[in-house]
Amino acid sequence: MSDAEHAVTGIECPVYLQYHFTAGRAPARFLTRIREGVLTGQRCPRCSNVYIPPRGSCPACGVPTEEEVVLPDKATVQSFTVVAIPIPNNPIEPPFVVANLVLDGANIAFIHLISECDNSAVHIGQRVQAVWKPREEWGYAMDNIRYFRPLDEPDVPVEQIGRLSVSGWEG
Amino acid sequence: MQELAVVAFSQSDCLARAGAANEVELIMPQLQAVYAQVGIRNAQDVDFVCSGSCDYLQGAAFAFVAGVDALGAVPPIKESHVEMDAAWALYEAVLKIRMGQAESALLYGFSRSSSGDLPMVLSQQLDPYYLAPLWVDSISLAALQARLLLEAGLASEQDMAEVVVRSRRNARDNPHARLRGDLSIEALLAEDMFVSPLRRADCAPVADGAAAMIICTVARAREWGVPYAVLSGIDHRIETHNLGMRDLTDSPSTRLAARAAGVAEGPVEVAELYAPFSHQEIILARALELGPDTRVNPSGGVLAGNLMMASGLSRVGEVFRRIVAGDARRGVAHATSGPCLQHNLVAVLESAS
Repeated sequence: MSDAEHAVTGIECPVYLQYHFTAGRAPARFLTRIREGVLTGQRCPRCSNVYIPPRGSCPACGVPTEEEVVLPDKATVQSFTVVAIPIPNNPIEPPFVVANLVLDGANIAFIHLISECDNSAVHIGQRVQAVWKPREEWGYAMDNIRYFRPLDEPDVPVEQIGRLSVSGWEG
Repeated sequence: MQELAVVAFSQSDCLARAGAANEVELIMPQLQAVYAQVGIRNAQDVDFVCSGSCDYLQGAAFAFVAGVDALGAVPPIKESHVEMDAAWALYEAVLKIRMGQAESALLYGFSRSSSGDLPMVLSQQLDPYYLAPLWVDSISLAALQARLLLEAGLASEQDMAEVVVRSRRNARDNPHARLRGDLSIEALLAEDMFVSPLRRADCAPVADGAAAMIICTVARAREWGVPYAVLSGIDHRIETHNLGMRDLTDSPSTRLAARAAGVAEGPVEVAELYAPFSHQEIILARALELGPDTRVNPSGGVLAGNLMMASGLSRVGEVFRRIVAGDARRGVAHATSGPCLQHNLVAVLESAS
């Protein structure tokens, strides 16, 4: 037999390793609170930026964030995209809207869905509010919020997005 | 060539489990501590940052990237990472400064090895065809090495127990140690075998935590006006991946690194050796040709608490602390990586005067 017939083209060496993964103190606190329907961010002691979900540090200043700030569930669209193709393992039917949202009182965006809307009318500066799952379905998870839906409020000018106070937007 | 200085060092407690803290939360207190030692605000105030960690240990892909959130990287900074102990991050920073691309550098190492089963995780760093599929763990490999040492008459179980007793005794003065206290050789030798010929006390207790250091040119250290130790030499060497080809009773890579780092060019008053197993300290002390005048592992070494990916950097830090405190004028720090002391780094530190 030739070498070609003996060629080893692959061997199977499955690797199984088990870990006890830890999100961290700050993310664990966020998850504990969202289970109760409360959105909890953290404020940087140096630059005063409010981060949600918090990671325990201000990445801009490199200092620990310890002060907790409870935020409302109203937000402003900072950016968005309309997804027109099915995503593997994602049960959501396209087309759907994925958006960068900044909660009132927060200074950085997080990603969530927008629904109950005309997809073609979603725009930057648009006001939205969380639509929560029924309380009995709440877990330690971001998807306690099903999606955000448009609010009947005036748009936020681009330069003010990420600068609103927790009391919201008067227009 | 630019003279280099170590100007700051901090290490966390060696915790059996760091609880809920994530990588960023482990790193930040150590960074804040070294910033305070030289009076800077954050990573913006140094020219280069390099970290050492291993994503396999916590089982999270790109876990080291999260570490950047601890730095204050706005505006963006010059940053690098080694998938190794942070002693090699120190080595990278030394090269960077010697090439004239930086005058100061921040280094840190961290791990949460309690997230997984460390000896099994480390088995996956072995050769992927012949060894990794057998899941040969790091303790078993160290035990094979210890057996060779004993059978060759190069060390006795009593010698190994003496290393453990001294480590735990020295660790009484180390607030960060996990294991400390007075043991007797007789009591140790009466303990059951763990992975023969190793007893549990011969194996470093794994710990979660982090360490950080700042180095710079001597000129910058004077500018900052902080006490410093001169990093007069550093080198590292690696041996083959094939364990069967190595003389496991010796550490030729340590010997070569020591020569290149200039260990023998002066008295070695103190030596901090990264020996995760008691018999390895005996091998290392011989390879470094340490005499009876050298205080070995006055911190207790890693047999008192082993911060994976940070313990190598901590060895340098422990020598630095003693030189700056005036306890020693010249010392040697050693770091290791890989099975059975495969890869070794040796650094020489001296007092400034």
